Amino acid sequence: MTIELLSANHAAAMAATLAGRANRTGRGFGGGVYPITPQSECIELLCRQEFEKGEVTRVESEHSAMGVCIGLAVGGARTFTASSSNGLAYMTENVYAAAFYRLPIVMMAVNRTLGPPWNIWVDHGDTLLLRDTGWIQLYCEDNQEVFDSVLIGYRLGEDRRVLLPVLVCQDAFVLSHTMMQIDVPAQELVDRFLPVLDLPHRVLERPVTIGGLDFPHGTEVHRRQHAEAIARAVQVYSECQDEFQRVFGRRPADRIVPYRMEDAEVALVSMGTTAATVRTAVDAARARGVKAGGLRVRMYRPFPERELKEALARCARVAILDRDISLGHGGVLWSETRGVTPRDAVVQNYMLGLGGGDIRPRHITGVIDDILGREEAAEPMIMEVA
Amino acid sequence: MAKPLLGGAMKTESDRPEQILRPGNTNCGGCGMSITLRMLTHAAARQHPVQLVIPACCAIVAPGQYPFSAYGAPVVASTFGSAAAVASGLAQVAHMNGEKTRVIAFAGDGGTYDIGMATVSAAAERNEDILYLCYDNEIYGNTGGQRSSATPFGASTSTTPYGKDILKKDILGIMAAHRVPYAASVSLAHPEDALRKMHYALGSTGFRFLHVLSPCPTGWKAEAAEGIELVRLAVRSGLYPVYEVFGGHRMVINVEPEMSLEALEQYFAKQGRFQKSKVRAEDVRASIERSWRDLRGLAALRKEG
Repeated sequence: MTIELLSANHAAAMAATLAGRANRTGRGFGGGVYPITPQSECIELLCRQEFEKGEVTRVESEHSAMGVCIGLAVGGARTFTASSSNGLAYMTENVYAAAFYRLPIVMMAVNRTLGPPWNIWVDHGDTLLLRDTGWIQLYCEDNQEVFDSVLIGYRLGEDRRVLLPVLVCQDAFVLSHTMMQIDVPAQELVDRFLPVLDLPHRVLERPVTIGGLDFPHGTEVHRRQHAEAIARAVQVYSECQDEFQRVFGRRPADRIVPYRMEDAEVALVSMGTTAATVRTAVDAARARGVKAGGLRVRMYRPFPERELKEALARCARVAILDRDISLGHGGVLWSETRGVTPRDAVVQNYMLGLGGGDIRPRHITGVIDDILGREEAAEPMIMEVA
Repeated sequence: MAKPLLGGAMKTESDRPEQILRPGNTNCGGCGMSITLRMLTHAAARQHPVQLVIPACCAIVAPGQYPFSAYGAPVVASTFGSAAAVASGLAQVAHMNGEKTRVIAFAGDGGTYDIGMATVSAAAERNEDILYLCYDNEIYGNTGGQRSSATPFGASTSTTPYGKDILKKDILGIMAAHRVPYAASVSLAHPEDALRKMHYALGSTGFRFLHVLSPCPTGWKAEAAEGIELVRLAVRSGLYPVYEVFGGHRMVINVEPEMSLEALEQYFAKQGRFQKSKVRAEDVRASIERSWRDLRGLAALRKEG
């Protein structure tokens, strides 16, 4: 095990490389890759790796990047790709297809604002666009988590009880281009954590048609099976955490990550790196006697409904911080989380850092002050931070 | 060894035991794609196993409803524009694992000329080890007969009700320009030549492209029994050139056209789709002659390879 100084882009590429090599005694590794800012460094590093049994394909679009992954995965290989923003939007048709074929592809997404107008900075709207695709979604707070999530993504997605693709999300530039110390495990440890992929429905010589015509009843059954599989990911994820800890000696974060929530009266719910800033603001609020707490949603799909409900049960005020907007409604995280908040709580949506505006502790403190002064919730609010 | 009957159009005892397209499929009578798959079955006889990738098109409706499939080979139904990308991935796995499986992307003109164009072009540029076969019925047949960029001049479709006033794309020229190992047009009216090409394309490596003019009685508003005759008329008139290009360079014209104006007139007269525009043989003759001048010039230049 070595400590390396890596950006989150390089961390994801290194994790994918180790996972890919771990499948060398299986059907091999590959993926279609296509550049987009701020993800390109990830696939550039991947393209410099050597694989005993594997190859990376430089394709002409994100749509084909996922297309090549689908072909490889349906043939039984372990696959990886990465994208961002408009690239994910362009890829979307095949993102759905990958999940509907039940292929355990892992994709790293750098969260970036959708354009035009062109903006390369962080916003969660791109991966939330993929919310309903049937992928498992993990949002990361630091580079080690990005690295670990790629590895755990394979173990989770490839589990026979799950068989689903996994999206590992990280914030543009805040993580993608920021170097941090990463604990990079040795290949033999990764080999131990990731058994060879044995996809039960990979195409061989048996004359089956995968993804052909499905009538309403067949589709109902397939959707139900898919829904049950993604629900099983909750239990399988906790088993993966145990196994990860056993092999690597550290435990990846739970589906939700609380901070000083034990006696919190004001909860601040967020995703990605916003949660780190929330911690600073929570500490400041505690210092002046406000019982604040932070709650980070790490696994967004399947949605941690039960965990959130329990964690928020005693909160009188819940501020939901979205770095995204569903235009015509409000924040996406808010629209789902408010369904599990206590009935008499003041639940207010704050959309801040849209388009990559730098969210600072004083902005979060402003949110805390705002919600403390409220008798009831107002319409979702866009807070300008830039 | 039993000689293939009718150049491979008929099943023989030496054939692949399981047809690629089995009975029970939902194709219309007289469908050129059915005939193409029948020939492909024969071409694949005693060869390595095949896997198909089929995007949205009639061929992915043909096998019927899940969990049944009329295909006698494994098929991955890809999204509309993705056949070449998915087939690339599938072929790579086979290659990585030392398997001889032949991966065939089998797509219509919509999935090739239009929505799949960039993907097909990229797979050709990378020289992926796949056979890409485009069965071209010159129409979006599966969606009810809308125009594609393969629809010929003068043909009425549901979106060109008075007849298309643009020439169709030269797909074989485009694919040959990628300098792929093999690119050829296939006439279903010339089964020996067709079977030879399919056999060659299945047996060789790298990106191979086959273009099949595929009669569609439903979309062409023609008699089901006349499909093969229509292809023959298209070849005789020079409208559908039958040639092959090796490595983007050596070029062989396989069937000499008669450049028959009468064949062209018959070709138009036998199809309802050309009646509304009243397109006449003289209207397209100049463009046919021009493309043949180009083809012959290239063929003469590229004879030696």
